Amino acid sequence: MKPTNEDYKNIPGWGIDADPENEPTYPIKNYTGDDHNRIHYERSPQQPLTVEILLSTERPGPTAVFGTSVPPTGLSGTIRRYAFRNSEDRYRHWIPLILADRINVFEGLIDDIRTGHLPNLFKERGLGMEWKHNRIAVLTKVAFAALAGAALMISVKRKK
Amino acid sequence: MLAMSYRGPYRVRTVDKPMPEVLHPEDAIVRVTRSCICGSDLHLYHGMVPDTRVGSTFGHEFTGIVEEVGPLVQKLKVGDQVLVPFNVACGKCNFCKQGLYGNCHESNPMATAVGGIFGYSHTAGGYDGGQAEYVRVPYADVGPTIIPPEMDPDDAVLLTDVVPTGYQAAEMGGIKEGDTVIVFGAGPIGIMAARCAWFFGAARVIIIDHIDYRLAFAKNYAKCEAYNFKEMADPVVFLKKTTDWYGADVCIDCVGCEAEGNTLQTFSGRVMLMQAGSATALQWAINSVKKGGIVSVVGVYGPPYNFVPIGNVLNKGITIRANQSAPKRLMLKLIDHVLSGRLDPKGLITHRVPLKEVPDAYRLFSSKLDNCIKTVLIP
Ligand SMILES: NC(=O)c1ccc[n+]([C@@H]2O[C@H](COP(=O)([O-])OP(=O)(O)OC[C@H]3O[C@@H](n4cnc5c(N)ncnc54)[C@H](O)[C@@H]3O)[C@@H](O)[C@H]2O)c1
Ligand SMILES: [Zn+2]
Ligand SMILES: [Zn+2]
Repeated sequence: MKPTNEDYKNIPGWGIDADPENEPTYPIKNYTGDDHNRIHYERSPQQPLTVEILLSTERPGPTAVFGTSVPPTGLSGTIRRYAFRNSEDRYRHWIPLILADRINVFEGLIDDIRTGHLPNLFKERGLGMEWKHNRIAVLTKVAFAALAGAALMISVKRKK
Repeated sequence: MLAMSYRGPYRVRTVDKPMPEVLHPEDAIVRVTRSCICGSDLHLYHGMVPDTRVGSTFGHEFTGIVEEVGPLVQKLKVGDQVLVPFNVACGKCNFCKQGLYGNCHESNPMATAVGGIFGYSHTAGGYDGGQAEYVRVPYADVGPTIIPPEMDPDDAVLLTDVVPTGYQAAEMGGIKEGDTVIVFGAGPIGIMAARCAWFFGAARVIIIDHIDYRLAFAKNYAKCEAYNFKEMADPVVFLKKTTDWYGADVCIDCVGCEAEGNTLQTFSGRVMLMQAGSATALQWAINSVKKGGIVSVVGVYGPPYNFVPIGNVLNKGITIRANQSAPKRLMLKLIDHVLSGRLDPKGLITHRVPLKEVPDAYRLFSSKLDNCIKTVLIP
């Protein structure tokens, strides 16, 4: 909202050097002055909150529309809820989210097994493509892994 | 319906998901005819974007046929063939009203720093994306554009992101006639940015990458010079030298947070996640532009921070311009560039893969196999 008290306009020289041409955001932004109305624009109707949505603390409420994909659940969901108690400015917002993402991968695997779907990791990782088009790199990696494995075995045996 | 499903870093598969529903009176449901995999999807695929939940469907570059519309939708009707810009935008907030459709304030409750984007994690609004048979499209009167009947459907799908983003990258460079422009990254976005730089009167366009097949493709497609940074002792010195020891007038970052080429950046950003990915390309852009030059950034960086030589930005008096692009703002102009034959977006497409083979498609693009530039998924 525009300030109601416009006394600042009496400050000597107020506005004297204002230059509307000095607008480095053009043409990406077509400056209209609407920014000064802040969030008081006409809004679309509110989408009903049918699933749990985590909200940024940097705004007063949900946006008129939002996605409803995979609501938070399980341990990862608990961590995500904690993350959303902190603003986007804080590491304690983003680091827990990354942690939750990693935990979520295990939750996904457990879910798969529980529902009797053994994930085909070779296929999900598209490794067939790697084998088809990048065979030398795959073989090198496998050879390195085998060598490292053998070295480990030998060192373990020696220690015994 | 069949849909791509994220399972974890480097793991995706197709699953059977319930059909999307109209959840808001301005929604439409679109039956997808084509959807692409973008360099931005790779950041998700590699687990670089916080709040990427297992079970999410990616995909923000798609075309389709309108299957159903909500009661308040006026401009679209069932059966319309549409291309859908990647941002979810309300058209009414102050940002949309001023053309900033990539920064809509009414499409992402989960973060204020990012507008809503289809299929781009919960940090971008938690929408399921278009790498599926059907997709929910909010604000259906704002983003979707009816595909001109004379337009090739492959050109149309690239108007949802690649063409406008490449174009806006050049536009934000404020290129003047006679300028030397350096584009970092010879992926679809960088190649398109290099091509579009000529529209603004550049006299010299240079593209930098480390993948030879991409450099060769870019040189031919964008009619520019192309150099491999792996062959340079020091890319910044090389670029200074080739611009008469002056620096480029404009540098454009079309790489983003998974840049290679600087061990410290790679280790701290991509291995340790101590910063939001590696900022090597942005660092090179800042250090190889002239004093008082312009750096345009469309390469994507995640929250919260990156190591960037801001002191050089200050001391050199550099102007940085960056944004998610706004296809809607540019649509009429770009449709004209395509229909007039000045731009050939479909020329970027190298692979077509059935949706059910989505894991292979991701791997192909991620590992830059089989000379891949751009992949289209067909449901
Ligand atoms: N701002 C937007 O609206 C928007 C829209 C689409 C894509 N993007 C972003 O643009 C970027 C490029 O997208 P793309 O589809 O072309 O991806 P891509 O992965 O196909 O291309 C990136 C290219 O950068 C190259 N590269 C890596 N390190 C480099 C370095 N230091 N210098 C120069 N090149 C380097 C890679 O080899 C690759 O060829 C991504 O970050 C993507 O998220 C932004
Ligand atoms: Zn994209
Ligand atoms: Zn808006």
